[in-house]
Amino acid sequence: MSEYFKPLPKPTPTSRPFWEAAKRHELTIQRCGACQKFVYYPRDRCPHCFADKLAWQRVSGRGKLHSYTVVRRASIRSFGDAPYILGIVELDEGPRMTTNIVAAPEKVRVEMPVEVYFDDVTPEHTLVKFKPA
Amino acid sequence: MSLKGKAAAIGIGELKPVKEPGNLTPLGLMGRVAAEAIADAGLEKKDIDGFLVGVPFADPGMIYPASAAEVLGLNVRMLNQVDIGGASPAGMIWRAAAAIDAGMCNAVLCLVADLNARGDQKPPVISVQREFEAPYGNVGANCGYAMIAHRHMYEYGTTARQMAKVAVDQRANALKNPLATFNDKALTIDDVLNSRMIVDPLHLYEIVSPVTGGAAIIVASPDVAKRSKNTPVWLIGAGEYANHSTITYAPSLTESPVKPAAEAAFKMAGLQPKDMHLVCPYDCYTITVIVTLEDAGFCKKGQGGPFVAEHDLTYAGDFPCNTHGGQLSFGQPGLAGGMSHVTEGIRQLMGRGGERQVKNASLAYVNGNGGIMSEQASLILERRS
Ligand SMILES: [Zn+2]
Repeated sequence: MSEYFKPLPKPTPTSRPFWEAAKRHELTIQRCGACQKFVYYPRDRCPHCFADKLAWQRVSGRGKLHSYTVVRRASIRSFGDAPYILGIVELDEGPRMTTNIVAAPEKVRVEMPVEVYFDDVTPEHTLVKFKPA
Repeated sequence: MSLKGKAAAIGIGELKPVKEPGNLTPLGLMGRVAAEAIADAGLEKKDIDGFLVGVPFADPGMIYPASAAEVLGLNVRMLNQVDIGGASPAGMIWRAAAAIDAGMCNAVLCLVADLNARGDQKPPVISVQREFEAPYGNVGANCGYAMIAHRHMYEYGTTARQMAKVAVDQRANALKNPLATFNDKALTIDDVLNSRMIVDPLHLYEIVSPVTGGAAIIVASPDVAKRSKNTPVWLIGAGEYANHSTITYAPSLTESPVKPAAEAAFKMAGLQPKDMHLVCPYDCYTITVIVTLEDAGFCKKGQGGPFVAEHDLTYAGDFPCNTHGGQLSFGQPGLAGGMSHVTEGIRQLMGRGGERQVKNASLAYVNGNGGIMSEQASLILERRS
């Protein structure tokens, strides 16, 4: 297989469960036991109510494409294989995620339904991407 | 408590940005514009007792203010770096006024200079951005603003032609600004739309071009301002706000923290948007101007596209906007790019706008914008007759 040159996540003690779940092809995000809101990206404390009661929960992996861009020329060299589609997905559970949309650019529309797609970019790293639902 | 009328800008130093840095260094540029601004204010270096500085992308370092002050030979009672991205220059002005109002300083040097940062930029250094943005290619500012533009088009029907009009009118202003980087050729809407697509829906001419340059402003107490050889330009309103860093996690992609920042500034000034004679909204991209004008209250939310299409944004028009050319045509020398909006507001109110002077201008709205519509700093400036 070819070498992977793009930036990869370096999990922290806070975020490791998210990336370990992604490797199992599961989307899990945190939910606050106090205010019940879902939280993404992983934190140590709820950014809504500041409670210290975040727990991991598996979610549907479904959402809508809140916005996107087709990056035709990237500002760092490791994305020299542009174009690629960068998107913001709003999960059905509420939080928004930065991600990539795996689709032909001409098929992509704001607010289109999407579902999660796990991209095993290296043996150690799985990125959470989305495709048209 | 208010900063209204507590301090005034009395001196400007600014370089014409250059495309290639050559042998220039950030500290060398800082010395040059600092000297210019101090002389322009009619002061001497020993009169400077406060120092606010931005840390250049090209020369990052710890304890930057003290190091820069040492290089420049300053003896100051207050020093700090201001790090709110592109809003740093606007943010410096009210911080200087606050130090003056508190009795800490009499004359504050506000200083930024940076080299052309073009090249293989490193991914964001904050770990959450490195971990959750960079792996997907959400790097640099282009991506975030493109997603704002797409969402604005979706929600409000904003068109590519409306966005392009911002670049066209600002270029018309730049043609009258000898300091602007791009001041040799007028642009048409078709020129903008026919330029290369970089990040859909933003074209090459809708995106700032990195250049090398710097600027400095002297903010002074009323006593010092009264003795100045320049017409003092008073800070009469200021507001600042931030609620996100990465646009993905902003409460809204299309309604920005400009709103609370501008509301605070207008409230302090006791004025409304319609009272302004010119506006200098930060313009890293064409969509930035549209969102800023909406959120600052110059038109209704969502009407920014039709607004810029229907108004003449040139210095001679009915809504003078970025009369220096904006960063799109003036150039964006790193952090110093946002200083050009502040210097232009001051220059116009001092009556030093040259060929692009807005007639009878005594009130200006200036906005600084950091990150992806993140940190916002709004200023209201006034020349008193
Ligand atoms: Zn909570």
